[in-house]
Amino acid sequence: MNEETARLKIVFVGHVDHGKSTLIGRILVETDSLPEGKVKSIREACLAARRTFEYAFVLDALSEEQEQNITIDTTQIQFRSRRRDYVIIDAPGHLEFIKNMITGAANADAAVVVIAADEGVREQSRRHGQLLQLLGMRQVIVAVNKMDLIGFSEERFRQIEKEYAAFLEGLGITAFAFIPVSARSGENVVSPGKGAMPWFKGNDLLEALDQLEGAQSSSELPLRFPIQDVYRMDNRRVFAGRIESGTLKVGDQLIFAPHNKTARIATIERWGTTPARAARAGDSIGITLSDHIFIERGNIASHETDGPAESNRVHAKVFWIGRESLAIGARYRLKLVTQEVECQVVGIDKVVDAATLDGSAPESSELKANGVAEITLQTRAPLVYDNHERIPTLGRLVLVDGNELVGGGIIFGAVYTSRKQIKSENIFWSESEITAERRAARNGHRGAVVWLTGLSGAGKSTIARALENELFQRAMNTYVLDGDNLRHGLNSNLGFAPEDRAENIRRVGEVARLMADAGTVVITSFISPYRLDRRLAREIALQAGAEFVEVFVDAPLAVCEERDPKGLYQKARAGQLKGFTGIDAPYEPPEEPDVVVHTHEQSAAESVDRILDELLPRLRLK
Amino acid sequence: MTGDSSHLDTLENHSIFILREANHAFKNMAMPWSMGKDSNVLLWLALKAFLGRIPFPLLHIDTTYEFPEMLEFREWAQTRYDFKLIVKVNQDARDRGIGYETHDPVTVTHELKTVALKQAIAEHGWDALITGIRRDEDATRAKERYFSPRDADSGWKYKDQPPQFWGQFVTGKVPGEHMRVQPLLDWTEVDIWRYLQREKIPIPNLYFARGGKRFRSLGCHPITHPIDSDASTIEEIISELEKTRTSERAGRAQDHHEPHAMQKLRTQGFM
Repeated sequence: MNEETARLKIVFVGHVDHGKSTLIGRILVETDSLPEGKVKSIREACLAARRTFEYAFVLDALSEEQEQNITIDTTQIQFRSRRRDYVIIDAPGHLEFIKNMITGAANADAAVVVIAADEGVREQSRRHGQLLQLLGMRQVIVAVNKMDLIGFSEERFRQIEKEYAAFLEGLGITAFAFIPVSARSGENVVSPGKGAMPWFKGNDLLEALDQLEGAQSSSELPLRFPIQDVYRMDNRRVFAGRIESGTLKVGDQLIFAPHNKTARIATIERWGTTPARAARAGDSIGITLSDHIFIERGNIASHETDGPAESNRVHAKVFWIGRESLAIGARYRLKLVTQEVECQVVGIDKVVDAATLDGSAPESSELKANGVAEITLQTRAPLVYDNHERIPTLGRLVLVDGNELVGGGIIFGAVYTSRKQIKSENIFWSESEITAERRAARNGHRGAVVWLTGLSGAGKSTIARALENELFQRAMNTYVLDGDNLRHGLNSNLGFAPEDRAENIRRVGEVARLMADAGTVVITSFISPYRLDRRLAREIALQAGAEFVEVFVDAPLAVCEERDPKGLYQKARAGQLKGFTGIDAPYEPPEEPDVVVHTHEQSAAESVDRILDELLPRLRLK
Repeated sequence: MTGDSSHLDTLENHSIFILREANHAFKNMAMPWSMGKDSNVLLWLALKAFLGRIPFPLLHIDTTYEFPEMLEFREWAQTRYDFKLIVKVNQDARDRGIGYETHDPVTVTHELKTVALKQAIAEHGWDALITGIRRDEDATRAKERYFSPRDADSGWKYKDQPPQFWGQFVTGKVPGEHMRVQPLLDWTEVDIWRYLQREKIPIPNLYFARGGKRFRSLGCHPITHPIDSDASTIEEIISELEKTRTSERAGRAQDHHEPHAMQKLRTQGFM
């Protein structure tokens, strides 16, 4: 095999018992693709079990499958023609194994639909055809099998061809070829056979396969680079991911959706070899950026033009493989490349009858297992995507319920607008006892207390506002508690004596805990100089089951005094202000803070990034 | 997503994608490493995926029947690539006298590999293991998934595997389960050799012919048999493989001890 020749992956689909496994077995045997002695050992096993040899046994290797004579799971096996190497994916035809059929077919470059000539087009023949459309399959060959059972009748073959071609046409698929075959006797599989069908002038199946094209490149499409993970290498951050479409090169200006931050590519990192200058669709790469911006898994990079769509509402044509029906109002996790977001079904617009493809059924309130429908989804945070027909990989979403993948679909009807802020529309669903888990599930994150401590002028307020902004942009509930909004109201009866300071911090701790319990990420911005007080605040939060993240906002006293944003140090030095922390009152630095930021060395954005690194994982739903 | 990359680039890119997804999803993962050719490709891919710094430990299940050349290679590679290595022996089984001298190969393999692996999982509480199995190795592996959940007893529910498509893997598990992550599923034996050749990846010298014999697949020395071969370079091995029609694991006695032996071993937790 030439290393440069791509391996073509073909899935065999069709109604149960129409002969997929037999056809594959025949191809493998006749192209000499099986290990030495394999056919012999199967023949011997059949003899021992007093059964006749069948080509399907070559494939149905798991013992249960041989006993039941059906394919349960998708399997992959290699063979080679004169032109190239193939991977055959055998997909089960039983309705109950449709998730396995999809697993197999989604990975294929081309499909062979097997239809038995005696039974003709059946329900799974149609259902599989429709799934092939949803899986974006462009190359389809139809093998009309078991021609030996109908006396190799041309009339019957043409009838099936006409019926199924019309069906595929309704899906926008034109079959590459219809081929009459007999897997059992071998006609038109890898050779024309013994001349049983002189009326058929087309290619045999193997010849037709050899004419198919390899996988299509997505390099010509606009750039979509979803961030998969962020690796810290010494002082650098490497953004790892797979380019789904387009190309990129060092120096390119990238825009990261959904927050539309921009930065240039500084390097494309590689291990053990020289750094690359450019990369293209399909490449798993890591890049560094020339500007420091906060990027995380799920962000999608593109160029300045031809960007993706972005909204909280998407339309998709989905196939449903969940045990429970999909219902209006139900919530799922939606995954699209590396994005993951809570969503709710707000409309089932059209349920498609697999047997007839009739999509005129009135609006329905549920979609049953193995069904197909057009639905509308509302997401909690903005989703970045493309129409499937524009960029296939960015136009595919899957739905997850608990631990199970329950559906998949292709997106249509997206409106591309210029980049702008997308507002999240919160949505409300059923009522019962409101637990912390339910609040967290609805919010998409847990509540927490982020406790900033540090000298006056260290940068607590700046960081608190910047952090609040970052969280708000992620559609999170967040609020800053600081001296301005507490000292003037709730704590207006307190002064700056040590006991008043302790009471001030205790009240802040209690308010923060209530807000965290209500599901908010509370950011407190107080000098809070005493360790004991901060420990008390931590205990209050932990008792309520809220996360507590202590952030030491550190800067040398001299730097803070130099900054002196409110002129307080000056007053304290002049003796006009008594008991000022750092001057004539102590500050006890945290012994084990969760995060330390050094505001005299880092920018506010860098400090916020450090906090997000620690905080975001702790906000994830459990 | 492919098309203008070479076949090996496509495989490499996809394996790296899987490794990175796994590393994101699982916080306490390990990578069994046998020092065999596939294991060394996997190690190489992990070095590429994580830019030279593998964020999880490698695990060698030492059956105590290892070829000395393999143990030498283990020491060499660890120094060279500087990863964390955990070596596990099922000492309890050895103390009970389990060994190829007295027991059948399926029993010994089960005790010294599968049980040892389960012991290591229990000791370290791993939530995922990265394995180097390939679909073309045997018929049961042909049905595997990239992310394959195993129950508390490492059992494989091959009749009810999770759907997996569009690069989306459900990574949540029921308590007690662990995930098998299998980045090499799409690779063939020839792909492995071509990649070893292209990337110049060091491997133990037992794979190369000496005195008309070489090992095509490596396991415990009492039950691993060399094949007749004069292939002493990777190029010669590839041209030998392109002509052969014998399966790779034909020299591994435990696979052929009884009908469906591999299926039995694998449903019980064998890799």
